[in-house]
Amino acid sequence: MHLAYPAVLAVLLFSVGVYGVLARRNVILVLMSVELMLNAVNLNLVAFDVWLRDALHAGQALTLFTITIAAAEIGLGLAIVLLVYRTRRTAAVDEVTALGDRHEAADDHAKEQAAA
Amino acid sequence: MNLALPILVPVLPALGAAAGLATGRRYPGLARPLAVLPVAVSAVLALVTALQLGTGTTLDAATRLAPTGGPEISLALHLDGFSSLISVLVGLVATCVQVYSTAYLKDDPRYPSYAALVSLFTAAMFLVVYSGDLIVLLVGWEVMGICSYFLIGHHWEGADARAASLKAFLVTKLGDVPFLFGLFLLGADAGSFRITEVLHTAATGGLQHPTLIALLLLAGVAGKSAQFPLHTWLPDAMAGPTPVSALIHAATMVAAGIYLVARLLPVFLLSSAALLVLAVMAAVTMVGSALCALAQDDLKRVLAYSTVGQLGYMAGALASGDRQAAVFHLVAHGAFKALLFLTAGVVIHAAHTNSISAMSRIDGLRRRVPDAYWTMGIGLVALVGLPPFAGFFSKESVLTAAEHAAHGEALTGHLGPASAVPAAAGWTVLVAGLVTALLTAAYATRLWLVAFHAKPVAPADADAPYSPEVDEADPAHDEPAAMRWTLWVLAVPSMGFGLLGLRSEWLPRLLDGAPLRPGLETVVLGTGAALAGIVIAYAAWRAASARAADGQPATDPGRLLLGPLHGPAQHGFGVDRLYSALFVRPTAAAAKLVRFLDRAVVETYVRGAGAAPGWIGRAVRFAQTGNAQGYLSALLAGAVLLAVLVAVGS
Amino acid sequence: MSTLLAAAGSLEPAARSYLSPTGQEIVFLLVGVLVLGAAVVSVTTRQLVHAALWLVVALGGLAVEFLLLTAEFVAWVQVLVYLGSVVVLVLFGLMLTRAPIGRSPEADSGNRPAALAVGAASAATLVTLVVDAFRSSWIDLSGAAGTTRLTGEYLFSHWVLPFEALSVLLLAALVGAIVLSRSKDGGTDARPRAGKLRTGRPSAAPTKPKER
Repeated sequence: MHLAYPAVLAVLLFSVGVYGVLARRNVILVLMSVELMLNAVNLNLVAFDVWLRDALHAGQALTLFTITIAAAEIGLGLAIVLLVYRTRRTAAVDEVTALGDRHEAADDHAKEQAAA
Repeated sequence: MNLALPILVPVLPALGAAAGLATGRRYPGLARPLAVLPVAVSAVLALVTALQLGTGTTLDAATRLAPTGGPEISLALHLDGFSSLISVLVGLVATCVQVYSTAYLKDDPRYPSYAALVSLFTAAMFLVVYSGDLIVLLVGWEVMGICSYFLIGHHWEGADARAASLKAFLVTKLGDVPFLFGLFLLGADAGSFRITEVLHTAATGGLQHPTLIALLLLAGVAGKSAQFPLHTWLPDAMAGPTPVSALIHAATMVAAGIYLVARLLPVFLLSSAALLVLAVMAAVTMVGSALCALAQDDLKRVLAYSTVGQLGYMAGALASGDRQAAVFHLVAHGAFKALLFLTAGVVIHAAHTNSISAMSRIDGLRRRVPDAYWTMGIGLVALVGLPPFAGFFSKESVLTAAEHAAHGEALTGHLGPASAVPAAAGWTVLVAGLVTALLTAAYATRLWLVAFHAKPVAPADADAPYSPEVDEADPAHDEPAAMRWTLWVLAVPSMGFGLLGLRSEWLPRLLDGAPLRPGLETVVLGTGAALAGIVIAYAAWRAASARAADGQPATDPGRLLLGPLHGPAQHGFGVDRLYSALFVRPTAAAAKLVRFLDRAVVETYVRGAGAAPGWIGRAVRFAQTGNAQGYLSALLAGAVLLAVLVAVGS
Repeated sequence: MSTLLAAAGSLEPAARSYLSPTGQEIVFLLVGVLVLGAAVVSVTTRQLVHAALWLVVALGGLAVEFLLLTAEFVAWVQVLVYLGSVVVLVLFGLMLTRAPIGRSPEADSGNRPAALAVGAASAATLVTLVVDAFRSSWIDLSGAAGTTRLTGEYLFSHWVLPFEALSVLLLAALVGAIVLSRSKDGGTDARPRAGKLRTGRPSAAPTKPKER
């Protein structure tokens, strides 16, 4: 089998995952997109493992580890999402902007106006 | 002789000042001993030094400071009759002032710093007197300038004290700048700053620019010794405490200028032009200041203008080429002017006002302060110059010197040829001196009569101008002893000092050796002028009192005497106003312009330097939305961009 | 990169043409198209639950791809872990955050154009790169490389230590998830007992979880 097929498929999956991460509004959908990206990498690992005929099978071992870590990640991610949802009543990424500077900037500007 | 004694004379008060400044705040009890003792010991040491030195000898000692590559500067000591005589005067007056101040400024919270500054002032004057090197002398000269600034501004709560101190500082500095250049030029021409070498060079004709040097030095002398046209700071300096006025007017500061010219007189004798300028300066100063003194209402201002006039006498003597007469008058004047100021302090203390017309309304002021009444009388008679008081002999010696100079046989002694002094200078000084003698007698009589002898017509006005002194005494009590007996200490030389000049083996031996006996013509003319002045002033006072007795408003005899001149004279003939228009206002306008440029132009850059990063920062803040997806987009886009760059580049 | 390829030793002359695909390649391509399509639908659909279901399709297709690449065990783990647990977790998450059922007009954020640009750029860059690098590489699929037995052997002979470390990581993630998802007031202990509540206070308000 041509190596290019799994490699290109992995690249396209990864790009779709990137798009999903950047474009989705719901945090859970973002997490799903992350899973897509992880799976793209998994595909790459498996394909290269088979291609290189690695004696240690590092690619497949790493794939298994990645799957495990992805499971842990989704668990933790969902816990965080639930916590955010409990405190803020929203699961939208662009509404969780407490670390942003926009409101403070407006406040400072107002303060300066008042001082001047 | 032992060098330690003359060295200790300036050092002790300086150490006392340092100790006073260091401990004044924590141990106020130490302030008085630290103020009085070093100065008193210095006075004694100065006297001992003078006695040890004897007459007709000089002492020179020098230790070289770091080599400068140019004319060398050395820590030099030069003692001769002039310096020892003036140092004794300085020590006596400074001690009296310090003792007097302990009582006069008893309740002043800033007494320790005041006393320390007076000590420093005294030390600086000692340094000027003893120094054998012009640069070291300049150090003392400038220290006096800064001390006078602080002391005149002692009551800095008042706007006029602040203005007066600033004015004194600026005006004297205005003279000091050309003075500094004069010193440099002198040092460059003579190849040394040692006074002995400078004089030696001057005697052998080695000075290339004597006129320029003399004129430049004269500017500094005019500033320090309050000669026209830089005299305006001295009357305003009355804003300081009265003992400071006594110190400045009698022994330090103003004496320094005269002393310097006396010291460097051979240099001045090389230039007739400078002597003529000095003579005209002296003449204008003495006549103008005497007229002003006649019009003043403030007791201290009268005395201040009289100081300016007497300094004019000394400058006139120097212009006539006779430094003996100048120093003689300097010492005699130092004694009686210190006495006058200290008595003025007592009187002001008792009367609670500076104004003599207000004093005239106080009943029994003369009985309240008998010591001050009598000693002020002594001082005024000495000022007027009636025999046998000190002022008589010293003033007559000045007039004699002027007369000799007018005849072309100036009493220059061995310092230079008699022909060096132009006859015009002698005539100028002589005429002005006689006129001033008349005017001096008039204003002294007026002061005496108006202040103490007026019939009280009404109780003291509530709106009488009050003295700025904070420590007003209880009228029910006598003045403290420290303020009374110092007057008598100073009254003795005021009365008797002049007699020392009679015999050539007494005072003149100490100086240049020429007799100081007054000539007959000048005695007749001078004393006659003084007596005439007294009589005229008395008549005017009688007329004024008679008018007051008729129920008309009391008038000042000075107003009667001066007539239309009274108004201008009261304001110093508008010199201040002229300076204000010529210098102060343009300077203020320039300062305003600079301020405007600073605010409007320079500050714009400064603000821009602050605001531009602010705006950039604000622009960057817009990127900080808090939206993680935006950040991630930028991150990934950057990563892709880097990947492309690496791929294309490799 | 050329040295890496040379070291791999599996470069063969361009005898294998892309124009004469093998059967495995055809199946791989078909399943690949399915996976890609499912993934695209999953990240673009406006129905949140559908997105999760399309994700199942994509991940399942990937399991088939693993099988085609002879990674048997990995494929089954993929099915078990991803399809079995992850997607279920995601669905639970959707439910617990009360995601709207049906078409949601707000599924995409305002960042969409940027996302499209970045995604397209990365796809273009990486595809160019990968095609350029691996155009003539050939995978020899003969011989089983990922049977369960083989996997067990290498995993527990060469990779034991990372494996155990990973188990610790999983435990930590488990504990972390529990800590995070517990409510702040200490769970059930802090709540008043139901019986007491009924007798003491008739209002049902305190039974609400202490949110906000």
